[in-house]
Amino acid sequence: MSQKPQGTALSNCPGCEEPLEPGDLFCGACGYDLSAVPAAPQDHPTIALNVPAESGTEAGAAEVRFDRRDTSDEPAEPGGPAGSGGSAGSGAPGESGDFELAAPAPPAAAPASAPDPRTPAAEPLAATPPAGTRVCVACRAGSVDTDGYCENCGHAQPRERDHMEQELGSVAAVSDRGLRHHRNEDSFAVSTTALPDGSWAVVAIVCDGVSSASRPDEASAAAASAANEALLESLPRGIHPQQAMHEAILAAAEAVNALAQEPGRAMEHERHRHQNAPACTLVGSVVADGLLVVGWVGDSRVYWVPDDRANPPARLTEDDSWAAQMVAAGLMNEAEAYADERAHAITGWLGADAYELEPHTASFKPDRSGLVVVCTDGLWNYAESAAEMAAAVPADAHQRPLHGAQVLVGHALDGGGHDNVTVALLPFAVEPQGAGSACGTP
Amino acid sequence: MANFAKSNVPQFSVEVYQNEYLPEGGREVNAIVTVTSTGGGTTGGVPLSGAGVTPARASGQAPRAAVVIMVDCSGSMDYPPTKMRNARDATAAAIDTLRDGTSFAVVGGTHVAKEVYPGNGRLAVADARTKAQAKEALRALGAGGGTAIGTWLRLADRLLGAADVDIRHGILLTDGRNEHEAPEDLRAALDSCAGRFTCDARGVGTDWEVKEVTAIASALLGTADIVADPAGLAADFTRMMENAMGKEVADVALRLWTPVGVEIKFVKQVAPTVVDLTGRRTGAGPRAGDYPTGSWGDESRDYHVCVQVPQAGIGQEMLASRVSLILPDPSGGAPQTLSQGLVRAVWTEDMAASTSINPQVAHYTGQAELAQVIQQGLDARKSGDFDGATAKLGRAVQLASASGNEDTAKLLSKVVDVVDAATGTVRLKAKVADADEMTLETRSTKTVRVKK
Repeated sequence: MSQKPQGTALSNCPGCEEPLEPGDLFCGACGYDLSAVPAAPQDHPTIALNVPAESGTEAGAAEVRFDRRDTSDEPAEPGGPAGSGGSAGSGAPGESGDFELAAPAPPAAAPASAPDPRTPAAEPLAATPPAGTRVCVACRAGSVDTDGYCENCGHAQPRERDHMEQELGSVAAVSDRGLRHHRNEDSFAVSTTALPDGSWAVVAIVCDGVSSASRPDEASAAAASAANEALLESLPRGIHPQQAMHEAILAAAEAVNALAQEPGRAMEHERHRHQNAPACTLVGSVVADGLLVVGWVGDSRVYWVPDDRANPPARLTEDDSWAAQMVAAGLMNEAEAYADERAHAITGWLGADAYELEPHTASFKPDRSGLVVVCTDGLWNYAESAAEMAAAVPADAHQRPLHGAQVLVGHALDGGGHDNVTVALLPFAVEPQGAGSACGTP
Repeated sequence: MANFAKSNVPQFSVEVYQNEYLPEGGREVNAIVTVTSTGGGTTGGVPLSGAGVTPARASGQAPRAAVVIMVDCSGSMDYPPTKMRNARDATAAAIDTLRDGTSFAVVGGTHVAKEVYPGNGRLAVADARTKAQAKEALRALGAGGGTAIGTWLRLADRLLGAADVDIRHGILLTDGRNEHEAPEDLRAALDSCAGRFTCDARGVGTDWEVKEVTAIASALLGTADIVADPAGLAADFTRMMENAMGKEVADVALRLWTPVGVEIKFVKQVAPTVVDLTGRRTGAGPRAGDYPTGSWGDESRDYHVCVQVPQAGIGQEMLASRVSLILPDPSGGAPQTLSQGLVRAVWTEDMAASTSINPQVAHYTGQAELAQVIQQGLDARKSGDFDGATAKLGRAVQLASASGNEDTAKLLSKVVDVVDAATGTVRLKAKVADADEMTLETRSTKTVRVKK
């Protein structure tokens, strides 16, 4: 269930396949005039159901949209991956709302991103040039050679991983190359699965390849997919989510270590670099059984943003980084430490050359609904403190996580997009009477 | 029986070594392109030792080759008389090395060119009988007359052009300056012969002009060397002929395709010797040009390609050049692409990436500079500018020592006293043998490969 790049033609530019933002008049990559294609009808391409899905629905089988979730009058939502959905704590207006569930699809179809109802839809397909005649996105004059470069101006063409989006039930993730890097070395995986008691677990994994090592893009992809698969295997067996997360990080580490043993896959152009073992960071979050579990190695982070913004947001992870160590040792304050050029030097990572793998995990039992923001430093560099992150998260992000993730990536790009940006959003909902407070062991 | 499993044409591989990362505003892209051909017959310039070096192969399978040996027969060849005798012996040794079936001729050169063997305006086909006849004909070689190398080359071209063969090669021996024709005449002859045959050139003794001999070899894509002692001629001729016999394909071209807006700054062969090919481009369709590389056996050569790309923003990536090896179809059809590699440009703000220099590029930039400072140093020395010569040759000593080019370092040490190789501190020797100085100049373009 590893992530797939957004494949739906509905939300991609007809000229260059670049994913589009809602409301775009021109393609951001190639300048394709989108006004030339008919606007999509504004109705939702999902089927509204008044009856929530049965809890027996297969894991990941349904594409669920919480477009107007809230529903204090909705008695029980057995099947929703977000668990018991609406609550008094939710900040949305108290009108009656419904789940909107996509027609149950075969599980295989599930990982594909949900069509985004806000982008120009279906019709642009007709404007796509015939297959085999890709036109360069840079000069619009040359055709694209088999090796991915324009035969006229030589420019590299957008690659699949440059921008990826995925929405799966209530969880969504977006990854972008950013504005300053030539490739996307981040990766993510999102999934849902059923626990033995029939309730849902939602998983999000985000990895950031270490640029100074070789093949960071492969490392992050391998780690995200291995951790995700490990969780999908262990959670349904009833393993405690925190334990499952710990094991998933070990599995991811193993997958990254294995890359170092693969000989000769180094790209031609990387030969001049010192051949470091492929490496990446990992951060993951599991929402299951009223618990919020986080796990990480490196400096990718999880933030907690309560739906009711009157409550304080929080950062749930402690970076394995030079800056964090300086702060922890009391040698610098946070502002000084993060201003230092060494701030981002990480002290923990997945990879064959990691000194000693120390997976950090923590378990929380939030007493109110909120949003879990799982992201790489490409985002949090532009919203470092929990308060800044909360300010960047749109108010309706728990209802429209994909949109929320897109907005957050946009926030990073607006800030300069100096790194690859990846963010996954998991809404966490509790019953109003849900008691208990954080009981973590970071 | 012919062995059909083995292709007649060697396999070519292209490898590109570069740091593709450019800083913001960076425009110059450097790459070392290593071309290796395998499956041919020679060892790539490394002399084979012992007898029976001609690769064991079915005679029907060998590429058809033609060789013309041009021997200087000017009057000076009789001073001392051993020179003419050694030249005769060397030519005989070279004839002995001819593979049976190879077309060949011997030309005696003075202020005019004269066919020595077979003498009917055509080439002879090597076998025991013709080889014996050719050696017999060599006895008639006598010294007398001037030197007009252009005429020798034009005769060789006429003889080779008439032969229906795959590989055309010349071997030229001179002992004196090209005094009996204008430099333009030699230039014109080289221009008309370039691309029609390849030619190795040798200077014997110390009365010839290094720049003339190296210019012939460079124009005709062959090697140049000095044989200071005529006694060494036979061994050298044998080696040259073995090398020629190992060539499998001729007229291979290095084709550079560049996108719109990309400017080629230079294209140089940098190993085994430095040869600037920049000016030898011939157009080959839109945005592509061919640079001649001559004929290939089993060997590996390195090329330094430097292009200037248009500016682009951080995070952009483009193809700066596509480098391929082209084999023209003798029957005029579409040329065959033997192999290709990509030179890329990627703009990054990672200073560690954009400021690092690819070790291959650094090495060959140093080797090219080494050849240049030796030339400049020797020129300065000849013109009496001893300070300039000391500085240039000091730099040469430093470069040769740092890059492990021991042969060149050894040759330098015969021209200068090395005080400290690491800093390039040297003193010019008061007395330098002509042979040592000419050897250094002739071999200044020889490079070594990157230490692995």
